[in-house]
Amino acid sequence: MSHGIEQPVPLGEGNSSIAACTISQPDETPPRYQLVNEDGEYDPDSLPDLDDEELLDLFEWMLLQEIVDERMVTLQRRGEMGTYASGRGQEASIVGSSYALREEDWLFPYGREAAAMLIQGMPLRDLMLYWRGVEDANMQKAHRVFPPAIAIGTHIPVGVGYAWGLGLGEEDAIAALFHGDGHPSTGEFQSGANFAGVMNAPALFYCQNNGYSISVPFDEGQTAAQTVAQKGMAWGIDGIRVDGNDVLAVYDAVSQAREHVADGNPTIVESVTYRLEAHTTNDDPSRYREADEVDWWEEREPISRFRTVLESEGILADGDEDAMRQELNQQFDEAKEAADGYESRGIEELFTYVYDELPPELERQLGEFERFLEGHPEAHDYIDHRPKG
Amino acid sequence: MTDANRTLVEAVNDGLHTAMAADERVIVYGEDVGDNGGVFRATDGLIEAFGDERVVDTPIAEISIVGSAVGLSMAGFRPVAEIQFSGFIPPVFNQLVSMASRIRWRTRGEHNAPMVVRAPYGGGVRALEHHSESLESAYAHVPGLQVVIPGTPYDTKGLLQSAIDDPDPVLFLEPKLHYRAGRQEVPDGQYSVPLGDAAVRRKGTDVTVISWGSMMPPTMEAVDSLEDRRDVDVEVIDVRTLSPLDRETIVESIKKTGKATVVHEGPKSGGFAAELVATLNERALMYLEAPIHRVTGFDVPIPMLGMEDYYLPNPPRIAAGIERTLAGEGGV
Repeated sequence: MSHGIEQPVPLGEGNSSIAACTISQPDETPPRYQLVNEDGEYDPDSLPDLDDEELLDLFEWMLLQEIVDERMVTLQRRGEMGTYASGRGQEASIVGSSYALREEDWLFPYGREAAAMLIQGMPLRDLMLYWRGVEDANMQKAHRVFPPAIAIGTHIPVGVGYAWGLGLGEEDAIAALFHGDGHPSTGEFQSGANFAGVMNAPALFYCQNNGYSISVPFDEGQTAAQTVAQKGMAWGIDGIRVDGNDVLAVYDAVSQAREHVADGNPTIVESVTYRLEAHTTNDDPSRYREADEVDWWEEREPISRFRTVLESEGILADGDEDAMRQELNQQFDEAKEAADGYESRGIEELFTYVYDELPPELERQLGEFERFLEGHPEAHDYIDHRPKG
Repeated sequence: MTDANRTLVEAVNDGLHTAMAADERVIVYGEDVGDNGGVFRATDGLIEAFGDERVVDTPIAEISIVGSAVGLSMAGFRPVAEIQFSGFIPPVFNQLVSMASRIRWRTRGEHNAPMVVRAPYGGGVRALEHHSESLESAYAHVPGLQVVIPGTPYDTKGLLQSAIDDPDPVLFLEPKLHYRAGRQEVPDGQYSVPLGDAAVRRKGTDVTVISWGSMMPPTMEAVDSLEDRRDVDVEVIDVRTLSPLDRETIVESIKKTGKATVVHEGPKSGGFAAELVATLNERALMYLEAPIHRVTGFDVPIPMLGMEDYYLPNPPRIAAGIERTLAGEGGV
């Protein structure tokens, strides 16, 4: 019914039933897009169009994510790394999604996606320096990686703005905004997603729903919604749910979503997965979840599932994985050595880059501090020996 | 009651237990405050003691954590909301400025917001980016918003009780670097330390050093080393509440010593030291015998952990600042 004139609000038909006029979330949880089931079974015809080399590449990135997570946690325990957020258990979710991005695409990470940043081209050395708290590590413009959104949701409006700009430009690029299941609870996320819909911004909202935002389970305290994917409906954008432990399903879902996004349709992809490690190295998950639950997911971890596929396809021979692991560990060793060799520019690092040019007062503060340190070697001693929280 | 029984974070925890037991209107909520007991364990054991209707895990939604505290307090509760790290306060600035701080004023006293927002603040614990900010001067600038920053375990529990009892909103910033750094006797049971009263931590006659929160322990350490090295008698004031500010104690101290150094962790320009210096110019200019020095963070964002120790004022820097004050050196 047009009511004769153009309306600012779509009216719909009149209806005397409140039930008919109520929009509810579905009674049943929507399915997850899955190509390989938990037992490693699949229909060979339904697999995405990836050649053997690409399939092995996916596997290798997943192994690298696992190795980086294990070794970064070990380094943190030894005092050689700051707080670290492991992505163990989410290797398929992290790798399948970022592998589906194109070279021209931008990644707006949130911290639990080491391999995604590496796939973009960020050097492993820089990833280590980032977790050691070195600002230089955030210089990843050449690799189209934005600094991680440690303050939850802060990157969403920025990423939407960046996507908006990409959409106005010549390049067919998108911005992939990676986030967790807590981010959609923030004001930044909700206003950003709405904004993206209005601006037709080529933004992909990629949610790794790993069940917990630190201690709070997704379904008991984070949201009354059953899914993250459905939230797009409120903003007029699509949402896809995918089995986040099935790397091929993630790859295929994100590949297809990416094309939709590039056409000016912001889209949510919710990857349903599980964090097997602590939230960060500062967290003790035994306080808020049962060992049974962790064990259930440990049996369904994604690397084993994909290994089964590669073995049944005859792509992965005996000894191949060991060779890969050896090579990846060596990569890690080399990156660690390079990170250890990083030389700070000293206190000047504090003062440069606040503005384009150092204003007189900052120049004065820098000079005063340099003179102070020269005259007070005990200040260096204090810093070296201060107990570190 | 035993000597030196509680750390600062244990004083927060005990203060919350005590206040919740005494007043069923008190409810505690925020991210991970329930089963997890807070990321620093400040709310440990509360959910077991008071149940999940009074100790509530929230979504990651700082805006609503603080905004809903205004609503809950208007509805008759005494909310104590936690923001997990001070770096997550900026998104709630709108709710603090536009709602919490002026609900009494804009309704001509019909409504008020007896609410507390707790947050660990400051650097030095090797935390991630956006976890270490010290922007208390910005919050203290908001009319109607009270800003409390305890520096000792005893004060923490007593000031928290006063904040909870106060009929108007309080931002309660806890120096997380010192959460477990030392112990002090903290009585069981309820007591309060009034808002708006600075504490004289050490009596002296030659110079007054003014600080609060995270900078109190390094300030005391600097004063100790200075008094060991030279014949000087230093008075130290712990401001404790930036708003309301106890100007009398500070002015009276400077009338006695004639010299002052102000120490704070946040950036220098526009920092809270500027308010203290202006107050002393207004009320004690003729007693001043030397320029007042400020030892503060630099006018830069607090860096990530790689360089944070160079940003934070430390005892050698504080001691050098006090010596410049004593020498009557001008300039900056």
